[in-house]
Amino acid sequence: MTGLLNWLAQVASLTGYNLRTLPQRKGAAASSLVGIAGVVAVMVGVLSIAQGILTMMRSSARPDSAVVLRSGATSELVSGLSGEAARIISEAPGVARGANGAVASPELFVIINLPKRSTGTDANVPLRGVQAAAFEVHEEVKIVEGRAFRWGLSEVIVGVGAAREFAGLEMGSSLEVGPERWPVVGIFEAGGTIAESEVWCDAAVLQAAYRRGDSYQAVYARLATPAAFSEFKDSLTTDPRLNVKAVSTAEYYEEQSSLLYRLITVLGTLVAVIMGLGALFGALNTMYSAVAARSREIATLRALGFSGGPVVVSVLLESLMLALAGGAVGGALAYLAFDGFRAATINWSSFSQITFSFDVTPALLVQGVFYAALLGLLGGLLPAMRAARLPVAAALREL
Amino acid sequence: MKYLHLIWANLKRRKARTALTALSIIVAFVLFGYLAAINQAFGQGVDVAGLDRLIVRHRVSIIQLLPESYEMRIERLPGVSDATHATWFGGVYQNPRNFFAQMPVDAEEFLAMYPEYVLSDEERRGFLETRTGAIAGRVLADRFGWKVGDRIPLTDALWSKEDGSRDWQFDLVGIYDGAEKATDTSGFFFRYDFFDESRSYRGEVGWYYVKIGDPERAAEIAEAIDREFANSPAETKTEPEKAFLQGFAKQMGNITLILMVILAAVFFTILLVAGNTMAQSVRERTEELGVLKALGFTHRGVVGLVLGESLLLAGVAGLAGLLLAWLMASAGDPTGGALPVFFIPGRHLALGVGLVALLGLAAGLPPALQARRLEIAEAMRR
Repeated sequence: MTGLLNWLAQVASLTGYNLRTLPQRKGAAASSLVGIAGVVAVMVGVLSIAQGILTMMRSSARPDSAVVLRSGATSELVSGLSGEAARIISEAPGVARGANGAVASPELFVIINLPKRSTGTDANVPLRGVQAAAFEVHEEVKIVEGRAFRWGLSEVIVGVGAAREFAGLEMGSSLEVGPERWPVVGIFEAGGTIAESEVWCDAAVLQAAYRRGDSYQAVYARLATPAAFSEFKDSLTTDPRLNVKAVSTAEYYEEQSSLLYRLITVLGTLVAVIMGLGALFGALNTMYSAVAARSREIATLRALGFSGGPVVVSVLLESLMLALAGGAVGGALAYLAFDGFRAATINWSSFSQITFSFDVTPALLVQGVFYAALLGLLGGLLPAMRAARLPVAAALREL
Repeated sequence: MKYLHLIWANLKRRKARTALTALSIIVAFVLFGYLAAINQAFGQGVDVAGLDRLIVRHRVSIIQLLPESYEMRIERLPGVSDATHATWFGGVYQNPRNFFAQMPVDAEEFLAMYPEYVLSDEERRGFLETRTGAIAGRVLADRFGWKVGDRIPLTDALWSKEDGSRDWQFDLVGIYDGAEKATDTSGFFFRYDFFDESRSYRGEVGWYYVKIGDPERAAEIAEAIDREFANSPAETKTEPEKAFLQGFAKQMGNITLILMVILAAVFFTILLVAGNTMAQSVRERTEELGVLKALGFTHRGVVGLVLGESLLLAGVAGLAGLLLAWLMASAGDPTGGALPVFFIPGRHLALGVGLVALLGLAAGLPPALQARRLEIAEAMRR
């Protein structure tokens, strides 16, 4: 017991001594701190892009909603449902019923070329045709400026994300659809869901403009309870009149974002690992020179009776503390610079643009600080061992 | 050269520091090389776009189809030497995650339009003679382990056959290579005549490729094509292939730019730290430089010694980093299919070598000049 206490006391006094002498090694300490801060900031920053997309997609999903597409379709764009099929789906068991009947929304989904503000070049902006039920299924949609489009008229409303990222979607401007011009009459919010990236209009108007007859591409349905999904799904897949697939919105949006999420995460992680190596060499350099500069002091302490263990631990602790400070600085920087940063990119899975905000989550920050700690420990280990193994007599002679 | 062993001895003096500095430089240049490859991959082959090719698509969006009859009308316009079409097929091979582009094309016209897709004579003949034939790019064939003669089944939600079936079968008759390294070989092309006969409604195609005689007149011809179809139910938007691909790449938006800016900042920070360490280790030896001068080394000799040391370290480590990056990039797309064209372009390798030299000079020059000005007496007094 006293042995352990003594050991701890040695560690504490050595670490305190190390930290007090830090100001004398400002340059080296700062460079290793900055190095690690940079790595953490970049890692958290890049991963926050992927996280932002995931957060947006996940917020679009609800446990009690499902989407129905043509069997084999991987996205709305390649799906197609006849008007008849859409009606059968809306009346399927398991669908919630509201004041106006089934809470199920047959929708049309196309893309339209509009210039993106950040690049000035054409982007595939999603244009969705909806019926009245859409505002019940997607109840988060709220008009924040102007008014809703009138049924039967060639008018559109625009999600706040789309209005921000693409030119020509401000209130009062109009959308060129072939020879026609459709005025923007309202801007809507949708609680950060994917609908905010879209332009909406009356499904009947869109069917006529795109020569789609009485057909749709997807039916979004609100279920009576989350548990009603299997009943809903079974009734559709066993119906001989239909050739469709039903997926929960959770699964659907997860799938829609997987390609993009994987691309950004793989590249971000790869780059973080390469950069981490760079920072590791920086930290090693710092700690080696810290140990080298103090070899005489360390040898004196050893001669006074301090044992090797506490010397190793104290050097490790110093390196760890520098790294943690770097990690904290980097995380804070990433949070300030990236959290909430708005962007739009193409989602290859749906072949259309999505708008989203970078999302620096606590989990990402923890991941960043953890990585910093790992770099600090690795960077301190070898120099610490050298410090402990220093031959006392030789080091003392170097006077 | 005869001082090489002296430089080497100086570098060896603090082995750990030299090794770590070298490793940092290696890491920086691996990062640089990898960035160049990522940037190239995001560029979607803009570098190898045909300057004599235009792309004609529906004005509202590329998902809307154009009449087949446009081909003849485009070919009649002055300045146009050839036109052919392609259509997005969008089938699924085994699993939706196995995404790749598939397009029905007019075999003969398409191969003439894209001479950079290289097939052997036999494969070419096979494609022209087999109605259900298809050709796949090298990257794509490698990804799924396809060989010529394989039967490729695709399920398509977009296009059904006349009998309502959505299962399509193609016979792989050729695997094409790219004429250049940056040529995208992740595509899958099959015959339009087979597609059009089988599909449930006919006569419309996705977009047109137009070959023009004089690239200088691209803008003028593009305008003429759009004018030809103005005020029709299917108006067009015509662009040079390069502009079209650039626009497509830019759909990624400012994310690409943000990534590049962040990573460039990191690259230069690593270089700054490494350069500073190199300069520092020379400054620590001021006294010895004085001794060398006292022994009769000229100013120029001392400068050479100091500069040589930093150039040697930067050169060896930097080139090793570029080599490593090149080896890593040669291993191919790290995302498993999302970035089909993945390599470090030659001009970026050259830029990398330039940066290596610059690093050596920037890190070595200030202490070298200091060493040149050094007075023997003052150096020895320190």
